[in-house]
Amino acid sequence: MTAPIVQASALARHYIVKGGLLSKPATVKALSGVDFDLQPGKTLAIVGESGCGKSTLARVVTMIEEPTSGNLTINGVDITPSKWAEMRETVQIVFQDPYGSLNPRQRIGQILKEPLIINRPDMSAADREARARELIELVGLRPEHYDRYPHMFSGGQRQRIAIARALMLNPRVLVLDEPVSALDVSIQSQILNLLVELQDRLNLAYLFISHDLSVVKHFADDVIVMYLGRAVEKAPKDQLFAAPRHPYSKALLSTTPRADPGARKERIKLEGELPSPMNIPKGCAFAQRCWLATEECRAAPPELSGGTHQVACLHPLD
Amino acid sequence: MSLLEIRNLTVEFATASGQFRAVDGVDLSVDKGELMAIVGESGSGKSVSMLALMGLLPWTATITADQLSFEGIDLTKISARERRKIIGKDIAMIFQEPMSSLNPCFTVGFQIKEALRIHLGLNRKDRHQRAIELFDQVGIPAPESRLKTFPHQMSGGMNQRVMIAMAIACTPKLLIADEPTTALDVTIQAQILDLLLRLRDEQGMGLVLITHDMGVVAETAERVQVQYAGQKVEEQPVADLFRTPRHPYTTALLNALPERATSKMLPTIPGVVPGQFDRPKGCLFSPRCQHANDICRSLPPTPHSAQFGKARCHHVEQITAGELA
Repeated sequence: MTAPIVQASALARHYIVKGGLLSKPATVKALSGVDFDLQPGKTLAIVGESGCGKSTLARVVTMIEEPTSGNLTINGVDITPSKWAEMRETVQIVFQDPYGSLNPRQRIGQILKEPLIINRPDMSAADREARARELIELVGLRPEHYDRYPHMFSGGQRQRIAIARALMLNPRVLVLDEPVSALDVSIQSQILNLLVELQDRLNLAYLFISHDLSVVKHFADDVIVMYLGRAVEKAPKDQLFAAPRHPYSKALLSTTPRADPGARKERIKLEGELPSPMNIPKGCAFAQRCWLATEECRAAPPELSGGTHQVACLHPLD
Repeated sequence: MSLLEIRNLTVEFATASGQFRAVDGVDLSVDKGELMAIVGESGSGKSVSMLALMGLLPWTATITADQLSFEGIDLTKISARERRKIIGKDIAMIFQEPMSSLNPCFTVGFQIKEALRIHLGLNRKDRHQRAIELFDQVGIPAPESRLKTFPHQMSGGMNQRVMIAMAIACTPKLLIADEPTTALDVTIQAQILDLLLRLRDEQGMGLVLITHDMGVVAETAERVQVQYAGQKVEEQPVADLFRTPRHPYTTALLNALPERATSKMLPTIPGVVPGQFDRPKGCLFSPRCQHANDICRSLPPTPHSAQFGKARCHHVEQITAGELA
């Protein structure tokens, strides 16, 4: 096994939310105690519903935000804010909405050259342009697109531009924050294929954030299921999808609609909604929606344990 | 007589650069108690055709139809005032974004009671009673106290329940749900879809479900029609559609789903949906279709018989016979 390119241990990110005039400020625990290793050429998927902390994790790994506690090691370097500037070249991000993440006033060439202008000031203008043109071709766009504006492109093409921009600095890790959820099915498959191809060619590591389990099942190598800022299950993809062990993972899998009208399966209906992240229950965060919960569950949060297939539950399923 | 009967509906928008045809000859019929799903990608005209039915399009839109009737009443012939009595009462609609469809300045209780006052003319006490009843019906906990909350104080799933409660307030005969769960998480999505199915069974209303999610279609619908670039390209019962899709577009769309993938590389549909300026002359799908030949590129196909899923394709018989791989 090669050395991991990203290592996270006990990563946490809390936000302080100011209350009203008279109320005390509250703490939102968006992310608490997440560990993972990411190998080059592999894809680690983070799944969960809105508010589970998956985007916060993406922001911490991309060094947009500093973790409140815990360690992040990228390419063997311990990350502190003083190292951000140099290490950001290694980790780049592709955002969900290709309509919002490209500057409408810049031409595609300018958008692509920008990371180089900032990070490689000594590079000549001609070299920058050559690199931008190379990337345009790599992501399957045509050379004449270099001088166009973002509004002239469809959603799928814009996402290609966003991917090209992320690759300008030769990163080793790409954080993909819901890269296909804003796209139509027929376009989605084109972008997923492009990502697979790029991973093979450039040996990229992907941190793939998604709520769409069918995409994750197709695309990922390992999966972490998150619930309210904590990892509740961590396993290789095949094991997780064949036999989820955490009740939440099982419910999530069972409620994902499948494009197969014949396969009537039993759906686990979860009652209620996510508790507020400002007021996380003392014990297992999932206990109040769980059909297996006991008194013990409500007392203390269970830790992630097990070999390759880890689960944070006192009553794991077999 | 079916509940809703639409024949040859066309919607054109006047834009600065000429007429744009968003819906092109769409037929739709829905019976009482039936669940009809309309699937298609963005730009396929699925929402616009339903907004045209509701009369919610701006003045730039020109709507023409051979028939647009609800319970035998021709909606194109009646006055706006008469239409208002039907829309919102007998035909109701749920929109995609619950957060932006509710008015942030008023409590949800005020908004639901407004419909009850205008359409049913209930007095204050009855309105309050009925609103509580409706909230209870859609599974909102502590309904009485929830009436006093504002939309921003509730989650997306709760707001969508409020939208549903408002839509069913006057016990409509036809409910149109435009991507009702797209903005929601899967566990909440399952709750909302179950709720819609339950209400349909309880009240015997017809339900039109607009979606782009093949999974949702497979799990809920009875009949499905597929739209592409403003045209209806296929219509089949749900099981048949997934087993034997007739139109090449439907086939390609189903193959592109990650869950049907057999290898790491997914089958794709090359190109994009045609827009205003690159609308092909013949079959609208021909530039992206693997079977397209000269006929497809010059002559628009007409829908086939129900046996071939009413597919709008020149080659559907050959494809079915396996002559074209």
